Amino acid sequence: MTTILGIETSCDETAAAVVVDGLDIRSNVISTQVELHARFGGVVPEVASRAHLESINAVITRALDEAGASLGDLDAVAACHGPGLAGALLVGVSAGKALALVLDVPYVGVHHLEAHLHAAWLEDPSVEMPMAVLLVSGGHTMIVSMEGTGRYRILGQTVDDAAGEAYDKVARALGLGYPGGPVIDRIAKDGDPNSVVFPRPMLNEGLDFSFSGLKTAVMLEIRRNPDRPAHDIAASFQEAVVETLVYKLEKAADQIGARTLVLGGGVAANSRLRARVAEVAEKSGRRALLPRHDLCTDNGAMIAAAAHFRLLSDGPTPLDDGAIPGLVLPSIA
Amino acid sequence: MTPVSLITHSVETTRALGGALAAILCEGDLIILSGDLGAGKTALAQGIGAGLGVSEPMLSPTFTVVREYIGRLPLQHLDVYRLGHLQEVLDLGIDEVLDIGVTIVEWGDAALDALGDERLEITISLLPDGADSDRLLVFQTFGEAWSSRSDDLQRLVGALQ
Repeated sequence: MTTILGIETSCDETAAAVVVDGLDIRSNVISTQVELHARFGGVVPEVASRAHLESINAVITRALDEAGASLGDLDAVAACHGPGLAGALLVGVSAGKALALVLDVPYVGVHHLEAHLHAAWLEDPSVEMPMAVLLVSGGHTMIVSMEGTGRYRILGQTVDDAAGEAYDKVARALGLGYPGGPVIDRIAKDGDPNSVVFPRPMLNEGLDFSFSGLKTAVMLEIRRNPDRPAHDIAASFQEAVVETLVYKLEKAADQIGARTLVLGGGVAANSRLRARVAEVAEKSGRRALLPRHDLCTDNGAMIAAAAHFRLLSDGPTPLDDGAIPGLVLPSIA
Repeated sequence: MTPVSLITHSVETTRALGGALAAILCEGDLIILSGDLGAGKTALAQGIGAGLGVSEPMLSPTFTVVREYIGRLPLQHLDVYRLGHLQEVLDLGIDEVLDIGVTIVEWGDAALDALGDERLEITISLLPDGADSDRLLVFQTFGEAWSSRSDDLQRLVGALQ
């Protein structure tokens, strides 16, 4: 039995979790900074670092308490070491390395996106490979073929704005505040998704995404028809985003022969996206694996889970390895 | 310098303008981009990046505040929209990185005091009665580093008119 503490501080959630053998979640504590960043309309790197520093010890202590574990029970300590905001990553990495050093157990630096890919496994370890995984958040939008632990291929990604960022910017233009995802999702339910036909950017150009032009189209619509209800614009914008994401996810699944469609990242909590992925999966006889909300957003459990498999394949990470803000997901050929 | 202005009719032309501008950029240059959401700041920045020989896709810097690229000169692309106060810009150490390569700052007009006296300001706006794809770009240079290049700037803007 291997008990791993996973720490995640790459962006605006301070999170820690205890996971046994890479699958059994004993605790999963997330302290969000959303309210703190709301007044800036998004995450401010320096503010995030300070907030992580203030809450990291309490979050780790709570993760251990809820798991009924003590520091002495840990067989390894893992932390997300990139990609992410430099100052924010450093807090988790430093805490993880310090604990590992004091407890004399291995330290494991974990790739943030590899951890998101492992979140699906936490839901169902028997899932069939390869999986077509759509990772969507404020900072990332990509489709990955996951063929096993450590075996990933990036099939497509955004060439400009991430989908979550487009949600934030449209919400700002509509005067709906930050974060944009949940509020657009909510008001879109009362809107007509066909009231404005927004462009589906790059729909027929491979598996890459572009959301900058869609954002511009929404701004122009608001300028042209200032009286159009916000819920109609929100619904129409969301329809364009979701249709593009789902179309390309299905295309990717066809391409790699995947039997499972998986969602990950903060935007994976979007109700319309979840419903559409479930629908297209059913229609094509595939399975939709939609991790629950606290495993979609940034969390420590996915870090501990990915660390379990990394430790088995690569061993501990040297303690002189630091945080790597621009870390790239290693892709197999 | 008297401001130089130009109307572009497509995002491709805005990008091409960025590419032409890249040819006259030097180490330590600072470019401030202003304009509403969706005006085309990212497109112009992407054009400058392509002109500098940046081969990877230039993603939006909004989420991370800053993204760095390697081209003929190092390129730093910042978005300080969310940093409402001058102190937050200083906290990020932006003034310390301005000497390195070329720095493009989106929404930098609110933080000019922290950014320095030598700069090229480009304001992009939609025309009140123009087509959806029409954009007015206004160029204004500040400081000696730019005054010596104002002829070059006028020439490249004129070439696209």
